[in-house]
This record gives sequence, C-alpha cells and structure tokens, in this order.
Amino acid sequence: MSRARSARLRQLPLNAAATLTVLVCLFPVYWMISTAFKPSKDIQSTDPQLFPHTWTLDHFRTAVQADGFGMFWRNSLLVTASSILLALVVALASAYAVARLRWKGRRQFMLMVFIAQMAPWESLIIPIYIISRDTDMLDRLPTLTLVYFMVTLPFSVIVLRGFIGTIPPELEEAAQVDGCTRTGAFRKVALPLLAPGLMATSLFGFITAWNEFAYANFLIIKHQDSRTLPVWLSSFQNTFGTDWGATMAASTLFALPALVVFLLLQRHVTSGFAAGAVKG
Amino acid sequence: MSVIRDRTAPPSPKRRAVPGTSGPPPRRRRSGEPRGLWPYALIAPAVGGMLYLLVYPLLRAVLISLQDFRLRQLITGDAEFVGLRNYRTLLTDERFWEVVRRTFLFMAVNVVLIMVIATLVALMTERLGKVARTVVLSSLVLAWAMPVIAATTVFQWLFHSEFGIVNHLLTGAGFSSFDRYPWFAHGTAAFAILVLLVVWQSVPFAAITIYSALTTVPTELYESARLDGASSARIFRSVTLPVLRPIFLLVFSLEVIWTFKAFVQIWVMTRGGPGDATTILPVYAVQTALAGQRYDLGSAASMVTVVLMSGVLVLYFRQMLRQEDEIR
Repeated sequence: MSRARSARLRQLPLNAAATLTVLVCLFPVYWMISTAFKPSKDIQSTDPQLFPHTWTLDHFRTAVQADGFGMFWRNSLLVTASSILLALVVALASAYAVARLRWKGRRQFMLMVFIAQMAPWESLIIPIYIISRDTDMLDRLPTLTLVYFMVTLPFSVIVLRGFIGTIPPELEEAAQVDGCTRTGAFRKVALPLLAPGLMATSLFGFITAWNEFAYANFLIIKHQDSRTLPVWLSSFQNTFGTDWGATMAASTLFALPALVVFLLLQRHVTSGFAAGAVKG
Repeated sequence: MSVIRDRTAPPSPKRRAVPGTSGPPPRRRRSGEPRGLWPYALIAPAVGGMLYLLVYPLLRAVLISLQDFRLRQLITGDAEFVGLRNYRTLLTDERFWEVVRRTFLFMAVNVVLIMVIATLVALMTERLGKVARTVVLSSLVLAWAMPVIAATTVFQWLFHSEFGIVNHLLTGAGFSSFDRYPWFAHGTAAFAILVLLVVWQSVPFAAITIYSALTTVPTELYESARLDGASSARIFRSVTLPVLRPIFLLVFSLEVIWTFKAFVQIWVMTRGGPGDATTILPVYAVQTALAGQRYDLGSAASMVTVVLMSGVLVLYFRQMLRQEDEIR
C-alpha cells in the first residue's frame, strides 16, 4: 500500500512535466481555434474566457468572403501539388541511379545532395529575386514551383535512396525473368514497396510549399492574384485591422490541412522525417 | 537521421554470388545492367536543378557583392566591378557588427534552450506509460505541424497588449506592470517573444528525434549498468549520452542552421524592430537589399552569413559522410 503510494509519488513530477508539455504544446493551437469561434465582444474583452460561452461562425464567414480567398487557396494548392510532383519524379530517378547503379561520381553526387539540403535559402533571396527579374519570372507561380521543388528535392533523394536500398534487387530480377521489362519490373514490384518513402517525401514537400513565406512574399509583388496563402495571412491583419476573430479564423483555415495531415500520418511523420533529419 | 533507421533496418539482403565467378567480392554489375550514360541521364534533371537554382544564384550573389549594384543597375543592367568595396563598407560599419553579435546571441539562446528542453522532454517521454506517451507525442506533432505563419500570427495575438491572454494572466497573477504591456514596443521583450516562438516551434522536432534515438538504446545496457550499481546520472552520462552523440550532433547543427530560418517569424512579427532590436543577419541583408535598394551590400551581407554558417556545416557534413561510409 505505502509502496504503491510512494511509487505514485515518484511518478508525480513526471506526470506534472508531461501535463505541462502537453499544455504548452497545445495551448497556442487551442487559443487560435477558440478565438476564431468567439463572438467579437468576447474577444475584445479585458476579461478573456478560457472556454467560449457562445459560439459563432461569423469570423469564418468574414475570412471566406475576403477578397481573393478562393484564388489564394487555388494558388497554394497548385504550387504545392506541382512542386511535390516534380520533386518526386526527379528524385525517384536520381535515387534509383544512386541506389541501384554503379557509376563514377556517385559519391560526389550524394555530397552535392547533402550540401543542397543545407542550402542557405534565406541568403539566396536577393540573387533569385534579381534572376527572376532578369528572366521575366517575377510575379509568376511557376517561379515559386521551381524554388519549392529545389527545396524539397535533396531530402526526397536521400529518403528515396534509403528506401530503394532496402528493396532486394532480386525481386525485380524475378519479374524480369517472368518477362517484365526493366522499367516495368521497377514499376510493378519496387514502386509499391516505396509507398512509405513517397509518402514521407510528399509530406515534406507539402509542408515546405504550403508554409513557405519568404519567396512567396518577395517574388510575387505586383501581381496580387498570384499570391499564396501564407502571404495573404500575413497581410490579413493589415486588411482587417484589429479583427482578431477573423484573423484567427483565417489562421485556423490555413493551418487545418497541415494539422490534419500530420495527425493522420503521425507514425510516418515521426519515422519518415527523422530518417531524413529535416524539419518542415 | 538515418542513423536510427540504419541501426534498426534489417541488414541488406546478401547479394547472390554468381556461380562460376571466383575471387574478388561479387560485383553488382550483371550482364543485363545498362552501362555508360544511363545513370547520368537519370541524375541529369536533379543536377540541372541544383546548378540553375542553387549554384547559379550563389555565384550571382558573389558577383553582385563585388559590384556597384543599386536600383539603377537593376534596371539598366550595367553594373561595374568595385572589388571588395562592399565588404569594406560592411565590415567597418558598427551597425553591421551589432547585427552579427545579435545573430550569435539569438542563435546561442535558441539552440541551448531547444537542446536542453528537447532532451528533457525526450527523457520524460521515454519514462511515461503507453497512453501518456501517445498523448505527449501527439501534442508535440501538433505543435510541430502548426504552419510558421499561423504560429507567428497566434503569438502576436497571445501577446497582444490590450486583449492578449498573456498580459491578462500575468496581471491576474499579481504582476500589475504587465497591464497593457506593449511587448512589441520594447526591444528585449520582442526579442524574448521571438526566442519563445522559435523554441516552441523547434522543440517538437528535436524532442521526437532524440526520443526515437533513445528507444534504440538496448535495454540490456541499462540493466547491466544498474546491476553494476551506477547512479541514474552516471547511466545517462556513460550509457545514454555516447549512444545519442551522433544524433545530438546532427540535431545541434540543424538547429543552428535553422536559426537563420527565423527570418520569416521576425519579418512577419517585427520586421527587425523596434529599432534594430530583432534584426539578425538574414533580416539585415533583405532590409538592405530590397528596402534600401542596395543589392550589392545586401548580397555581401548574405555572403558573410553563408561563410559563418559553413563553419557549422562542416560539423554536419563530417557526420553525414561518416554515416555514408558506414552504409557502404
């Protein structure tokens, strides 16, 4: 009896720490969502309530009806999807070459990929701005697609190479013996086994492209119709002034896809991301 | 962190020795394997992308930093070379050195806090029961998934001077000086909030990574250490730490490099202000280039940043290459 109690007593600091961790992690997310559902008079009150008494969808209505809301969603989705697709195809080809074929310069190529993964993108804004300006690529979505593709590519190569390396080549050889072509064997045998790797890389591409702000902000200047959601959100306060309810509703809508995707794929997130040592 | 995976992954399948071949270890190349240009064709798009989107911009930045490049040259495109003049201007500017010092301070505070908190959270998570562990990991993942811009906006709202919950709680706890305290008007306060934001966003990744490394430590090691009568501090130092060393090194160098990514949070929250209080190097470079139209000075500042970063990168690459050799 007393032994059990002392064990529980020893567990106490541990559980307190765990509770604190959970609270600190979740509170900003919770506060964003709960503010978005509160009526304005409760938001602009000197006595904020932890739980909303009355719920309202007004702020979501304001956010959805804001100028260009649909267009920015479309732009973000378009850029995200196309950069992921491009990165997957290009990375798959390189990963296959590195994992399965022997050629001179393979080690050098991987070194280049590792360097590219650590590329100082924050320091390349100025030259990329100038290059885009010179080549008439400013204010255009394909420019963003290309940049996000390049940000995602190295991680994708590294992860996919790892996955291809664990698939025994004998499997494909057997398929080839059975009359498949080399490409056919890869597509029918190896590709399905690669699914977790493709998932991890798509996830990383999604996080990169969906969240990216700096390039979207500095490469899309005049043509407001080509803006993406992060830039829209950051300018939201200027548009809506002190309407924090609408701002939080817009943040919630913007964060929702990322939160849902992460939670659904949690297992892949923790293993897949750790595998490539990359943060979104 | 392929270390973890490589350790836990099943050993790669033995290659079939081709009957009849003797002597040297069986080579991968088989008769059906295409030789020559095929691999190079496969990597060509990736190499092309890296050359055009990374190497070329980097060279262009070096070039611009050696030129007299302002708004006029941006339009007419006839920039003149001025040698190292921009670097001289920069390195003799007291404000620039102030920014460099602040960058290192920002980096040190962030990285120390992230590493310490993440390690504690990882150690704690390992000791939790199954349900509690899942809850903690899920909330870490949720905080991690929060998009940067959304998190930044939420933090602005949390620390709002009039209706922010933080001021309300602090005032309620008896700190009446926080009544309507304008966090973003004071340099130190704004700096602290940015540190808090970056730490909040970075700890989940670091904690989860360190936690998954912890789970790879064989339990027999702990048991035998405990049988030998080692204290838990001693066990941490002599058993846990050596196993975690590569992971620590990787997380550490990544966190250092990611400090520079705080550009986005800073730009959205304070634009480097109030005054210069939150201006770190990337912010300074972009401010100089795009707001001040001094593309040459901005590029020079960016190049100094890259040089400073590569110091850390050397650590990272040594680790990566060591792993690379282990795989072979």
